Amino acid sequence: MLHTLVILVEDKPGVLNRVASLFRRRTYNIESLTVGHTDIPGVSRMTITVVGNDDHIERLTSYLYKLVNVIQVEDLTKRKMVSRDLALIKISTQNEKRAEIFQMVEVFRAKVIDVTNESLIIEITGSDDKISGFIDVMKPLGIIEMVRTGAIAMERGSDSLINLAESGL
Amino acid sequence: MKRSGAQIIWECLVKENIKVIFGYPGGANLPIYDAMRGYPQIHHVLPRHEQGGGHMADGYARVSGKVGVAMGTSGPGATNLVTAIATAHMDSIPMVFITAQVTSKLIGYDAFQETDVTGITLPITKHNYLVTDVYDIMPTLREAFYIAKSGRPGPVLVDITKDAQQAFIEDWEYDDTPIHLKGYRPDFTPALASIKEAAALINSAKKPVILAGHGILMGNAMKEFKEFAEKAHAPIAMTLLGMGAISAHHPLNMGMMGMHGESWVNHAIQDADLILAFGMRFDDRVTGNLNNYAKNAKKIHIEIDPSEVNKNVKVDVGLIGNIKEILTQLNPFVEKNDRKEWLKVISDMKGETAVRDIVNLPDNGHLYAAQVVNDIRRLAPKNTVITTDVGQHQMWTAQYFKVEDAHTWVTSGGLGTMGFGLPSAIGAKFASPESEVWTVCGDGGFQMTAAELSTIAQEEIKVNIAIINNGFLGMVRQWQEFFYDKNYASTPMKSPDFVKLAEAHGLKGIRVTKRSEVEAAIKEAQAHPGSVVIDFKVEQEDSVYPMVPAGASLHEMIRRPSSIVETPLDE
Ligand SMILES: Cc1ncc(C[n+]2csc(CCOP(=O)(O)OP(=O)(O)O)c2C)c(N)n1
Repeated sequence: MLHTLVILVEDKPGVLNRVASLFRRRTYNIESLTVGHTDIPGVSRMTITVVGNDDHIERLTSYLYKLVNVIQVEDLTKRKMVSRDLALIKISTQNEKRAEIFQMVEVFRAKVIDVTNESLIIEITGSDDKISGFIDVMKPLGIIEMVRTGAIAMERGSDSLINLAESGL
Repeated sequence: MKRSGAQIIWECLVKENIKVIFGYPGGANLPIYDAMRGYPQIHHVLPRHEQGGGHMADGYARVSGKVGVAMGTSGPGATNLVTAIATAHMDSIPMVFITAQVTSKLIGYDAFQETDVTGITLPITKHNYLVTDVYDIMPTLREAFYIAKSGRPGPVLVDITKDAQQAFIEDWEYDDTPIHLKGYRPDFTPALASIKEAAALINSAKKPVILAGHGILMGNAMKEFKEFAEKAHAPIAMTLLGMGAISAHHPLNMGMMGMHGESWVNHAIQDADLILAFGMRFDDRVTGNLNNYAKNAKKIHIEIDPSEVNKNVKVDVGLIGNIKEILTQLNPFVEKNDRKEWLKVISDMKGETAVRDIVNLPDNGHLYAAQVVNDIRRLAPKNTVITTDVGQHQMWTAQYFKVEDAHTWVTSGGLGTMGFGLPSAIGAKFASPESEVWTVCGDGGFQMTAAELSTIAQEEIKVNIAIINNGFLGMVRQWQEFFYDKNYASTPMKSPDFVKLAEAHGLKGIRVTKRSEVEAAIKEAQAHPGSVVIDFKVEQEDSVYPMVPAGASLHEMIRRPSSIVETPLDE
């Protein structure tokens, strides 16, 4: 099953390489990976989705903790969470399907962010399912190019996932 | 005080109480060597190859319990260290490797002798660093030593650019405030409830077996361990690296487990109702086929590294933390129990096989490696430090050199690195200059790092080198005999005259071809003030028994054919 891991790491050169290399070396397959700053100076947040059973993920978590630069690892899979992915899709409008495209953009609550005579760029955010659904609908209409960010995730409710007390931050 | 980066490196080593380092100079670390003369309190040993230097520092660490330090220049100097780093990593040895890197503005441009050393060593170090700024040298080295020796120990590599070595800090001062790393948690303590749960399992077990691993030695928990074992009165099986955790002559110590473990030990494990794994990691060489491993046993695992618990073997209770502290907490809950029946079962199993032992065989004109090892043990003092290379002789030494004292047994377990024996013995000698030091090597592995004889000569140290010369890469030949139809492809090996080789280095060489000469040769080596190489010409096609073939279940052992042990005296 697909697990969504949130990994807090020190923002230092080479840390992404260490994390990615660990997945390779322990033969785990990364489905998606995003990384960016947090509101805490020096701490970055990764969201990694990976396929595995609970045992695999438990082991992976303890391997991740062996990395000196890894501060915290949380598996959000079984918690209440929101997960979002963003896609940009460049689509051809030369085959008279403009109206149909706009209709779908409406239905999926996507956004048109660039328009030329022959093409549009559509931005869509949402769950993995929603975006995949939208892409399926767009495919026959002539996708020129597309890009997805991969999932970012957060636990629902008012608590912070981040427990820096333990790491003394 | 004004200090260059190179001087700061030495200052840090002094502060870490480093007495000896093993290093090799080159272009990128020349500033470090230039600054060395200011620090005569650190003895520098020049190996003949960086791999040798790395293994020396490793042997030093294993025997002294301190952090071993090895150094190399950029590029080929660093890549030559790689085998030594991986060896230390697999066996959790606290080490700091200092490599030099090309000047920071050249990094990334394929400069002369530039290699991505932190990239190469990423999966074989506990952690590594690239330092490009003189101000980062001290904090990084302090972290490196801290990480190397805390928690589950391991090698840390620090790659320092030449410009950082050459830059100056005007008002440098050593900082000895405690180190705190955000993401690094070496200290765990199990909950009292888990300790009590473990005690309850122990107290109700009828057929417990303790698996004693390297962690007992790394955690200096020998005393607590002995107390536990005696109180629980449970038989002990040793891992290859666990030897020395308790004396081989302790009545509860059954001997080595695993692929070349004693048959009664493996049978005891398979029959056990409780496995107590102490500071070991259920390597495939000790478990055999996991599906049939100690099937009826509950399992308790004491381990410092959380990622080892439930990795290979699912356990009922995992106690994660420092083994010395855990045993101190656990021991009071353990009830005394003599477990007579269970120990009787084991001693019956043992009695039956010991009579077939090759060392009990009368002299039949053949010289067997086991007999050589047995005689070295007989004639060497109790606290003798012994190192091995890798192969058949390593297993025979593990079986027959009954290790008594902690930190006197040095062997490459996890990586099985040929070429480890001789250099690790050199390092061991520096760690324990008063002890008699022996290394037992195969003719193959010895030649991988034989150049270090020259280091021995230069350092004028005394190490006794026993070459078990069977004219083959013996362990591989054994696999070819058992599993590849005796197709001895590339395992017969021609060697130089080891006696002359010793003499060429100004050392003493002795050749032994008969069993009757073994004792005199060992005594002669012991009496000689300098290092001695003994070339033991042993039986060429002997095999290590018992053997659990790779992937087989632990109780499925190939035993020594009885025809050998029953050969009549005057054959
Ligand atoms: C560096 C390295 N290369 C290859 C091997 C594979 N290997 C394991 S044991 C062995 C044979 C060792 O032969 P020798 O040193 O003569 O010792 P013996 O087994 O005969 O005692 C080999 C080649 C290894 N362990 N390490």
